[in-house]
Amino acid sequence: MKSETAESSVMGVLVRVGGATEGVLAYVGGLAQMTGRALLLLFVSPLKRSRGLQRAIHQAMAAGVSAIPIVSLIAYFIGLIMALQGAYELNKLGAMNMVPALVGVSVTRELGPLLTAIVVIGRSGSAFAAEIGTMRVTEELDALSTMALDPLAFLVAPKFIAMAIMVPCLAITADLMGVLGGCTFGVLGGGFTAAGYFINTRNNLVLSDVMTGVVKSFVFGVIITAVGCQEGFSTGAGAEEVGRSTTSAVVVSILLVILVDVVFTALFYMTGGLT
Amino acid sequence: MQEAVPGAPIISARELRVRYGEREILHGLDFDINHGETVVILGGSGSGKSTLLRTIVGLEKPHSGEILVKGTDLGKASKGEIADIRKKMGLAFQGGALIGSLNVGENIALPLLEHSSLAPSTVDVMVRIKLEQVGLSGFQTFHPSALSGGMKKRAAFARALALDPEMLFFDEPSAGLDPIMAAGIDNLILNLKAAYSITMVIVTHEMASAFLIADRIMVVDKGHIIANEPPQTLKDSTHPRVRQFLDRVPDSAADDSLVDHLSLYVEGTR
Repeated sequence: MKSETAESSVMGVLVRVGGATEGVLAYVGGLAQMTGRALLLLFVSPLKRSRGLQRAIHQAMAAGVSAIPIVSLIAYFIGLIMALQGAYELNKLGAMNMVPALVGVSVTRELGPLLTAIVVIGRSGSAFAAEIGTMRVTEELDALSTMALDPLAFLVAPKFIAMAIMVPCLAITADLMGVLGGCTFGVLGGGFTAAGYFINTRNNLVLSDVMTGVVKSFVFGVIITAVGCQEGFSTGAGAEEVGRSTTSAVVVSILLVILVDVVFTALFYMTGGLT
Repeated sequence: MQEAVPGAPIISARELRVRYGEREILHGLDFDINHGETVVILGGSGSGKSTLLRTIVGLEKPHSGEILVKGTDLGKASKGEIADIRKKMGLAFQGGALIGSLNVGENIALPLLEHSSLAPSTVDVMVRIKLEQVGLSGFQTFHPSALSGGMKKRAAFARALALDPEMLFFDEPSAGLDPIMAAGIDNLILNLKAAYSITMVIVTHEMASAFLIADRIMVVDKGHIIANEPPQTLKDSTHPRVRQFLDRVPDSAADDSLVDHLSLYVEGTR
C-alpha cells in the first residue's frame, strides 16, 4: 500500500514535470512559429511593403529612438559604477590603468546589450503585449481579420523589423555611454586624461567584443518582440487579462533574454569570440 | 472557389453547430439568406445570436455542419478563400472596434489602401463620401477615443461600407444608444437598403428597430432558430417563446424563481 502511494506520487510528479515541459515547448514553438510567419510575410508581400515600412518606422521611433535617453542614462551610470567597483580592487594591485579595459570589455560584451534589453522589455515588450491585448479585448483584432487584414502582417511584422534594427543600435549607444561613464571616473578619480582614457579603452577592445554584443542584441530584440506579441494575442477577455499578459510578457522576456545570453556567451567563449 | 448559382442564397447554413470548448452554442441551424435581403437576427442575451454572426463572417469555425457564403464552405475554406470573401463583406462591430492608433479617416481608408490600388487622393475622396453618408463629415482627423459611442458606431459603419461590400453585417447597431441616436442608425440602415442592393444581416435585441428595418426576422433562442419569417407574420406568431419575447414577459412570473435568478446573478458577479 505504502509503495503504491509512493509510486503514484512519483508518477504524479513525473506527469506534472512532463506537462510543464510540454507547455514550455509549446510556448517556445509558438514563439518560433510567429517569428517565422512574420519574417515570411516580410518577404512575400512586396506590394504592401511601403506601408509596412511606414509602420516599422513608426515602431522604430517609439521603441528605439525614444528609448535613447533612458538607455544612455542607465548605461552611463553602469559604466561609472563598473569603474568605481573595478578601481576599488585594481587600485590595491596598482593596476589603475586596467580600469578602461575592465569597463570597456564588460560593457561592450555584456552589460550594454543586457541592460538595453531589460530597458526595452520594460518599455516596448510590455507595450506590445498591452497594445495587442487591448486590441483583442476591444475586438480590433477581429475587425482586422474581417477586413481580410492579417494581424501578423499589420501589427507584428513591423515590430520585428523595428526591434531587430533598433535594439542593436541602442546597445551600441549603451556601449558608448558606458565607456563615457567609466571615463568620468577615470578623469575625476583615476588620474586619466579624457583622451588617454579613450585611447586606453580602444587599445584594449577588439571588434569582436562589440560584435558579440550586437549579435546578442539582435537576438534579444527578436525575442522581446515575439514574447510581447505572443502574450498580447493570448490575452483573454477583460482588462484584467491585459494586465496579466503585460506582466508575463515582461517576466518571460527577461527570463528568455538571460537564458539566450548564457547560451550565446558560452558559445562565444568556446569558439574564442566571434571569428 | 466555386461561383454561386444565380438566384441561389448568398449565405446558407446546414445543420450548423458551433462550440466554445465543450459547450455547444448553436445546435444545428438551417437557414438561407438571399441576395439583397435584410435579415434581422433577434434574440436575448446569451441566445447565440452574436456567435451566429461571428460564424457567418468566419471568426468562429463550425464544429459540424456547414456555413456557405457565396458558395464557399467557411469551415473548409483556405485562408486565401476566406480573405477573398471577406473583401466582399463589411462588419460593424458592437463597440465599433476602430483601430485606436489610427484616426477616423485612416480607419476608413485602411481597407481601401490595403485591398485596392486606388491613388491616395481618390481614397481621400472616398473616405469623405463614406463619412458624409453616416453623418460624420469633418471628423476625419479625430481619434476614436475622442468620439462618443454613437459616433464610433457610425464610423464603424463607414469603415464597413468602405469597399462597397455585397454583404453588410451589424452587431447590435443600436445597443447602448439613446432613442434619437438609435432611430438615426435605423434610418441609416434604411437609406443603405434603398440606395444599394446590399445583403444585410443585423443582430439586435431591439424589437422596434427589428420590425422597422427587416425583410425577414430570425429569432434565435438557446442556440435554436425558433422563428424565421417576415415581420408582418412574426407579429402574429403563436410560438410561446416568440410571444414571450414580443410581449416582454420575464422567464417566470413566480417570485421564488426571480429570487433564484437574483441569487444566481449575485453569484455570477462574485
